[in-house]
Amino acid sequence: MQNVRELMIKKAGEMLSSGEVYGVLAWERGDFACDQTPALFTSPESLSRLAYDEFTAPMLSKYLINEAKKPNEGKKVMVFLKPCDTYNFGHLLSEHKVERDRVYAVGVACSGIFSREKTLLEKCLACKGMEFHHCDEVIGGEGKITWDKLDRFAGVEMIESMTPSERFEFWRGELSRCIRCNACRNVCPVCSCVKCVFDNPGSGVMSKSNADEFEENMFHIIRAFHVAGRCTDCGECSRVCPRNIPLHLLNRKFIKDVNALFGPYQAGASLDDASPLTSYSVNDPEPGYKDKAKGGERVA
Amino acid sequence: MTKIGVFVCWCGSNIAATVDVDAVSEAIKAAPGVVFATNYQYMCSEGGQAAIRSAVAEHGLTGVVVCSCSPRMHEATFRKAAAGAGVNPYMVEIANIREQCSWIHKDKAEATAKAIALARAAVAKLNLDRPLTAPETPVTKRALVIGGGIAGIQTALDVADAGYEVDVVEKSPTIGGKMAMLDKTFPTLDCAACILTPKMVDAAAHEKITLYTYSEVEKVSGFVGNFTVDIKKRARSVSVDRCTGCGVCSEKCPSKRAKSEFDQGLRERSAIYIPFAQAIPNVPVIDRDTCLKFQTGKCGLCEKVCPSHAVDYSQEDEVITKQYGAIVAATGFKPIGLERFDEYAYSRSPDVVTSLEFERLCNAAGPTKGHLVRPSDGKEPKTVVFVQCVGSREASGIGAMKGKPYCSKICCMYTAKHAMLLREKYPDSEAYVFYIDVRTPGKNFDEFYRRAAEEYGVHYIKGMVGKVCDEGNGRLTVRASDLIENRQLLIDADMVVLAAAVEPDPSARALATLLTASMDTNDFFTEAHPKLRPVESPTAGVFLSGMCQGPKDIPDTVAQAGAAAAKVIGLLSKDRLVGNPCVASCDETLCNGCSACERVCPYGAISYETKTVVDRGAKDERRVASVNEALCQGCGACTVTCPSGAMDLRGFTGRQIMAEVDAICR
Repeated sequence: MQNVRELMIKKAGEMLSSGEVYGVLAWERGDFACDQTPALFTSPESLSRLAYDEFTAPMLSKYLINEAKKPNEGKKVMVFLKPCDTYNFGHLLSEHKVERDRVYAVGVACSGIFSREKTLLEKCLACKGMEFHHCDEVIGGEGKITWDKLDRFAGVEMIESMTPSERFEFWRGELSRCIRCNACRNVCPVCSCVKCVFDNPGSGVMSKSNADEFEENMFHIIRAFHVAGRCTDCGECSRVCPRNIPLHLLNRKFIKDVNALFGPYQAGASLDDASPLTSYSVNDPEPGYKDKAKGGERVA
Repeated sequence: MTKIGVFVCWCGSNIAATVDVDAVSEAIKAAPGVVFATNYQYMCSEGGQAAIRSAVAEHGLTGVVVCSCSPRMHEATFRKAAAGAGVNPYMVEIANIREQCSWIHKDKAEATAKAIALARAAVAKLNLDRPLTAPETPVTKRALVIGGGIAGIQTALDVADAGYEVDVVEKSPTIGGKMAMLDKTFPTLDCAACILTPKMVDAAAHEKITLYTYSEVEKVSGFVGNFTVDIKKRARSVSVDRCTGCGVCSEKCPSKRAKSEFDQGLRERSAIYIPFAQAIPNVPVIDRDTCLKFQTGKCGLCEKVCPSHAVDYSQEDEVITKQYGAIVAATGFKPIGLERFDEYAYSRSPDVVTSLEFERLCNAAGPTKGHLVRPSDGKEPKTVVFVQCVGSREASGIGAMKGKPYCSKICCMYTAKHAMLLREKYPDSEAYVFYIDVRTPGKNFDEFYRRAAEEYGVHYIKGMVGKVCDEGNGRLTVRASDLIENRQLLIDADMVVLAAAVEPDPSARALATLLTASMDTNDFFTEAHPKLRPVESPTAGVFLSGMCQGPKDIPDTVAQAGAAAAKVIGLLSKDRLVGNPCVASCDETLCNGCSACERVCPYGAISYETKTVVDRGAKDERRVASVNEALCQGCGACTVTCPSGAMDLRGFTGRQIMAEVDAICR
């Protein structure tokens, strides 16, 4: 990792010195060694503060939405993307939130991210893979998964096996801890609306979500619906939740159902593929349709 | 603030017997915005409409709620009535307290409470309604008929005779459809070809009709009065303009192993072929799957022998795009496959045939030139067993898994016809017909069946055949029960004829998707109203002709084809159509520019542009959606896809729907 960090500094320094990019989105150390924070480096000298190790958790692609829009004489912004963040980058490109030719994307090798408690993050245990997408170049090569992988959908299956009332109680319990800090929404690269419905008095949703405890819970359900078919399963929502709500399970339920109905789909992997939920083909399954040959039996 | 009048309809006793209409009109007076409420026996009648007019005048109403039947039934009626009284027609809301309330409840207290809730929801929505003006669009005065069987031909002829251009798209190489395969027609026993082929010629010769055979509809966009359709003309490999139909090519073709589709696989045909002698156009087509030239590159004999140089191996599929004002689905039917009915030995014995195969065996232009013989050994059959309802009326039990729940309607009559034809050809033969019921409603139909049973001596036996065994010595053993005599029968037969159920042509489902026309669970097209609008699809501008809507015989098909034509003519005779103002619009200050709505829009009504958006004084260059209101049909797919709520539907805004839900849950 130390080696990768040096290579990153070298590359970033070259790009800044040559004036090819106006800034580099990377990480710097926070209050603690295990507490790193995204930062924009605009001079080669400042790069000594650049941090990259097994605690470098935050994803950077979401910051591109604003950075890549800034005029800066048309110069690009450079960004470091971990493998799972490259899907987020792809998603933002496909939804026209980031212009590809304003970004110099550099993939950086990952070997799993540790929490403060020095355990691998859940999202890393269930790692989607180490390959890079949509990058201009890669530093450190493709990493290796050296740990026993968790089944990504085991948690979803556990909840699916509950009775409806058990499931309701489970989620009421989990979501009752929510303090509506909006960290999950703010970190989510998919949740990048110009104006969120929960911030828009005209939507009629905002006033409701505060009305009672149950409607407060609905925030997460609505959010899961809004990111359905778009969520890349980067796991940031669960990572940043200060109340440890397993929010990724809601998203993975949608991913599991989409995979079952339309075949394996990874949001953000390809720029050409329309999401199964926003495209139509005559061969699409019709779960509500009587004929079983057309997928008539409901999935879960 | 909207001044709302609520009118509760009794619908005779349809609503009033289950819903306390007085209680509803009394309770709704308390709802916000309501200044007047009453109830009346038939709101849709002149008296009811007059009540709306006088209430508008007296109370200055600016909005009207009618608690009555489904809006599909009378929304247009009440909008018109409101407009006549000076209220914007889009300030009318219908609370469906019949189909969604009185008809499905037994308990009056429960139904009344629900009717009040539904009325409150309608009032809540109306409070957020804004007056809308319907746009007008021009009408393309050309019709498209999909399917070139008797239904499509008749509709095309009738529309063309009224002076409008009609295009007919037929997927097989010739028009004529299933009727062209038939021998005689009931109940008159006149020959099918004699009455069909002149119509085929008329259609081909009509100056207003263009035939696209060997073609398929590939894409449909637009809306009533303004459809744009892509038609794929499959490569025939023979020039229609040059070919004289001499037939030398098929004669010389060395590849003669393909089964003739037209003759139900009872004979082989060449790779370059004309389906039957009276085909229109009388131009062969090369079946590239069996053609040696296309499969191996060696041959080219047809090209060499063609005296008019019409064979063209380089032809490619061609897609043409045309505009239409109306579209008629006339996709017809096919007999069901009998793979799952092995108890009748259909796949084991060539002498067990379907009724359509039997037609070909009787037909003078068929594989045996009309000499009715057993396909296995060419001998004349002496004992023939006809089995009716093979796969029809299988509503329950194991049958439901392999058959159809409905009655195929035509089998009783054609089986009587087949039995008569057999007895006429071979007076010493025996004909047995096994039936569940003999259904013969129709002019001269029962007389026809009685003739078969009484004059022609056909043995009608109520009961079903349990098993047919191919004994291997040219005999078929038929085991059956006679329910009236209460005994088991064992018949030594030479042939067994299975009256296979009919089902919609498999191409209909994909077409329904293209047309956004709805289908029932059996894949028959749904009509807009089963009694009052039987030839219209619920999708405006799409009409139904023939078997694609449900099983019917030739007289019914022709009658429906004419009815569909009348509807098409009625539409095309208008110069302008009133459109739908309830269309989507984009709030640019909320739009993310993500393109999701553009992808889900089935009408291609959404596009994106980059423009300066002013949001509370702040200017910003943004990629935002814009809706072509002429193309938008108000389906709302975009509004539910848009995560930020930028897309909204006029007359059905997110807030209105939420207000309805709130009113019901309050």
